[in-house]
Amino acid sequence: MIGSVIAGIASSAIRLATPYLYAGIGETLGQLSGVVNLGVDGIMLMGAYVAFFVALRTGSLSLGLLAAAGTGALLGLLMAFVSVTLKAEQGISGIGLYIFGLGLSTLLFGMTVGHVQTIDGFPDLVIPGFAAIPVIGEIFFRHNILVYIAFALVPVAWFVLNKTPFGLKVRAAGQKPEAADSLGVNVERIRYTTVIIGGLLSGVAGASLSIALLNTFQQNLTNGIGFIAVALVYFGGWRPTGVLLGALLFSTVNAIQVWLQVKGVNVPSDFALMMPYVVTILVLAAMAKRRVNAPAALNKPFERGES
Amino acid sequence: MRFKKAVLVLMLIGIVVGSLGVIGAAKPFRVAFVMPSTINDSAWSQSMYDALIAIQNEMGKDNFQIDYSENMFVISDAAAAIRDYASQGYDLIIAHGSQYGSSLVDIAPDFPNVAFAWGSTANTFSDMGITNVFSYQPYSEQGGYVQGVLAAKLSQSGIIGVIGPIETGDAKRYTEGFKAGVLATNPNAKVSVTWTGSYSDVALAAVTARTMINAGADVLTGTSQMVVGAIGVAKKHGVLWFGYDVDQSPLAPKIVVSSVIVDWTVALKPMIESIKNGVRGGKIYTLDLANGGLKIAVNPEGLVGQTIDDIISGKIQINLGD
Repeated sequence: MIGSVIAGIASSAIRLATPYLYAGIGETLGQLSGVVNLGVDGIMLMGAYVAFFVALRTGSLSLGLLAAAGTGALLGLLMAFVSVTLKAEQGISGIGLYIFGLGLSTLLFGMTVGHVQTIDGFPDLVIPGFAAIPVIGEIFFRHNILVYIAFALVPVAWFVLNKTPFGLKVRAAGQKPEAADSLGVNVERIRYTTVIIGGLLSGVAGASLSIALLNTFQQNLTNGIGFIAVALVYFGGWRPTGVLLGALLFSTVNAIQVWLQVKGVNVPSDFALMMPYVVTILVLAAMAKRRVNAPAALNKPFERGES
Repeated sequence: MRFKKAVLVLMLIGIVVGSLGVIGAAKPFRVAFVMPSTINDSAWSQSMYDALIAIQNEMGKDNFQIDYSENMFVISDAAAAIRDYASQGYDLIIAHGSQYGSSLVDIAPDFPNVAFAWGSTANTFSDMGITNVFSYQPYSEQGGYVQGVLAAKLSQSGIIGVIGPIETGDAKRYTEGFKAGVLATNPNAKVSVTWTGSYSDVALAAVTARTMINAGADVLTGTSQMVVGAIGVAKKHGVLWFGYDVDQSPLAPKIVVSSVIVDWTVALKPMIESIKNGVRGGKIYTLDLANGGLKIAVNPEGLVGQTIDDIISGKIQINLGD
């Protein structure tokens, strides 16, 4: 009994964490290079819409995924152009990008699909052998492919950021862009690259909702997931593992509150709904002292050779 | 030259006056519709839009004009839209949400020649001296009860899940009715009600459905536009679904047993008649099973299709005895 309860909650939490992981890791990359992109939710909405539309029309989920990634990368390029080349204030351009994505995805959905529909999304990939292990099997080995990829992304991002010359350049661009520049690092190119990859991952995050976890699209499908993903980057101290922990904590508490309500445990629903946010804020407050590795040049456009 | 100009001006005036006359002759009934979501939400707003379109098809496009504002989830935005429509002299302005009531108290007295309608509520503010506000209220608990009876008969585990947005208004009435219907049919059944705190959190609705299925539920229902997420999960797990607001069977033809449909024309038609007769408010229109404002749309494909599939796949073995 207790085993199946844990398995139910944990496997829900892992599914819930998936879009946060894609978007949060993408945003980590961009912020480490010095660019805050608050438009994540808008990019996710466009990714979710495009993936759903392409999958619905072509019947190919992979094409839908690719289209979402491409759309996300393009919107990342737009954000990079505005914030890196035009040096616009990043917070404002990010919010602009969010509203643009929200509006455009609603408009295009109305024009091309018209009404809410469901599709058959990526099926659960049951890993032979492992899936049969009691409890563990249900928690970890019965998910769709986009869930596995999201979790695989964490060590990959860690490796790229900490063990490759590219990762070093990214962190240099975000900590001391002038010094990086004097050593021959092309700060603008690095920032373009990270923001485009971040956009691509946000597009995939949207697709993970519309063609893998929810298998539908409607106006404002993300309901603010992108903004929580941005918050998770701060929560995670700009580390992929930190984002993973934050995403899992948030989604586990959410899965528990749903479970409590479903089981009819006598907690007021308003209180249950507050839990994920309250717990996240409490943990954040408790960890405040460890908050040291914020990129020094975060939110600051880079002016080459002026000083 | 002066003479030519004068002629020109006179001609222009003639054209303007003439065209005004033409418009005046075929003056259409103009409705403005302010809603919290979109006309294609497969739920609350769409049901009202469908009703307006049905009336337009009956009366003709020239006689019945519909304008609308979508996504007015911010109440101050909605209030601005309502005031804007009112100042343009629409015949009827529908503020489709119980959150818009306080705005109407503010706006309606300024435009005595415009009729306003809002719901779900029984409050027309007549006690405040306001005479140009109608209200409408579906007795959703009646439809909920019918579907609750069906759900109890169809559930094998005796565990049934309801996914609601916020414990108020329509959603609450439907849920209470559904619960009563289930328990009247099977007193041992367990109805698990979960409120997500949001009308639009599709992801949370999906997780809730999955959790209910894990807890043994084999029949689910729910209200508001977020339930598409839950329907997606139910579809994947082959769990039965009871719909609300509009016929939700196109979303998942094999699992939707039936849907409670709200047919707003039952409220709108007498409302429009009343406005044409010069009475612009003060009446409460209820929608129930008796007056046809609530209907149960049974999905012929649902159980039938599922059973056929189960026979084909071999999940059902028919024992012929010997």
